[in-house]
Amino acid sequence: MSDHEYTPKSNFGKWFNDRLPLLTLANHLTDYPTPKNLNYWWTFGGILTFCLVTQIVTGLVLAMHYIAHADMAFDSVEHIMRDVNYGWLIRYIHANGASMFFLAVYIHIFRSLFYGSYKAPREIIWIIGIIIYLLMMAAAFMGYVLPWGQMSFWGATVITNLFSAIPLVGEGIVTWLWGGYSVDNPTLTRFFTLHYLIPFLILGLVVLHIWALHVPGNNNPIGIDVKKPSKDTVPFHPYIVIKDAFALLMFMIVFAFFVFYTPNILGHADNYIEANPLVTPAHIVPEWYLLPFYAILRSVPDKLMGVIAMLSAIFILAALPWLDTSKIRSAVFRPLYRQFYWILVADVLILGYVGAMPAEGLYLLIARVATAYYFLHFLVILPILGFRERTLPVPLSITEPVLGGSSNLAAARDDSRLEKLK
Amino acid sequence: MSEKKTERRDFLFTATAAVGAVGVGATVWPMIDQMNPDASVKALASTEVDVSSMNPGKTITVLWRGKPVFIRRRTPEEIDEARAVKLDDLKHPEKDEDRAKNPEWLVMLGVCTHLGCVPLDQKGDYNGWFCPCHGSHYDISGRIRKGPAPTNMEIPKYEFVNANTIKIG
Repeated sequence: MSDHEYTPKSNFGKWFNDRLPLLTLANHLTDYPTPKNLNYWWTFGGILTFCLVTQIVTGLVLAMHYIAHADMAFDSVEHIMRDVNYGWLIRYIHANGASMFFLAVYIHIFRSLFYGSYKAPREIIWIIGIIIYLLMMAAAFMGYVLPWGQMSFWGATVITNLFSAIPLVGEGIVTWLWGGYSVDNPTLTRFFTLHYLIPFLILGLVVLHIWALHVPGNNNPIGIDVKKPSKDTVPFHPYIVIKDAFALLMFMIVFAFFVFYTPNILGHADNYIEANPLVTPAHIVPEWYLLPFYAILRSVPDKLMGVIAMLSAIFILAALPWLDTSKIRSAVFRPLYRQFYWILVADVLILGYVGAMPAEGLYLLIARVATAYYFLHFLVILPILGFRERTLPVPLSITEPVLGGSSNLAAARDDSRLEKLK
Repeated sequence: MSEKKTERRDFLFTATAAVGAVGVGATVWPMIDQMNPDASVKALASTEVDVSSMNPGKTITVLWRGKPVFIRRRTPEEIDEARAVKLDDLKHPEKDEDRAKNPEWLVMLGVCTHLGCVPLDQKGDYNGWFCPCHGSHYDISGRIRKGPAPTNMEIPKYEFVNANTIKIG
């Protein structure tokens, strides 16, 4: 992992490091050469780590007071809100933390899409990331069930019923998931268990995600390979650490705004009504971060096909490194891709909007067009674009665009790349 | 390609793997099956309902196995309406005669076959039920007429224990 030999200074350090090379790892993480042109879109990895730790810590504390039983769950959440010291604060951090987590992960994913971070040699980082994203959705969905409000109950009913679309075994799978003939106490207790487990699975995958990242190193805004270490890189500490810390502080301001000023705006009022298996709320909507996929589900008139379309919309991302045929990573040098990128961003936002609206009339039509375009982007536009697009010239090094006009051009270029050209 | 000789060792590997696979399967199955409905859930399999106080045109909802069951005492007009529908007009063709053996009484699971919501009574374009979740319309026989639900609302196993009591399950 480390590019150079590292020897601890103290004798104890040497003794310890020979037995368990933790100090070598710490040194690798500190000196890790990072492209010097990383912009603020690259700070979301650190922000996401913060979000995960926040969810684990607040979740652990909530679990000390929460009771996973259909008769007591709703009351125990109100007990946390009213009786437990700072319970309201901890629960609001946890509930809004889920939204902040998704906000950050969407920015992180769309940064990858813009700068081509998923392309070779970073496909494994990307796929691990998609698995983390899937687990996040599973954790968020199960977490939303735990307060046992109306949205919890009916959200759980609708989502678990998706499996009934599977031919032949579907009904059996749904009964197995429920542990009964409807969403009930056995469902709640298993969801609680899994909701507790998944963050630790995510934590393990995050370690793999970062490990895989540290093999080729970071991509960067101009998307070229950077020789490490070189004039194009800076050590992770202190340069990136301080930049990440500043971005994290800005992010925490947004986070705190939601927690302290409008803690329920991202939730749904119906979830403050206790679950009632006899009454379905007039309008069931999932949390905002799942709305685009919900819109895709509802835009297909057939039950099984709707479920397939929704799952495909997520799994198609895993195939992205091979669907995007362009060798150029960064959209900075891909004038056409850049336009399609922003159309895709708009498309996903539109899907999110219509996902929150009733599935009828104009909304349904918009959802269908937007769903079709979503798949068109990944399955048709991206593969063709790689062959057809006239890309702009890519600089040889990060320093070149800055010093490119100067007489000192050779100094600006990465020496090894220049030699390769000769 | 040279001919590969099957040795005693190959047999041992195969036999070990086979026994191992059976052992793993036998160990994993209880872990999976524990999630299926347990004995206490299965024990609540039937419910008896007193319907003596119901007038025609009234629907009641009872809980059976954690799910709502609609019991509607239909008016003569509703019965005529349900029986007049041509099977060709139905997405999931079922005769009303098969769904309500006693035409006055419709007993069905109040669960939308799309994604499991509870449809609303006397709503929708077909005078029957309407599911607010994704807009499925059911007629007065509980048959799907419009919307994403694939099949009619399910008829549970039930019987009249006597003139006033229905046993579901």
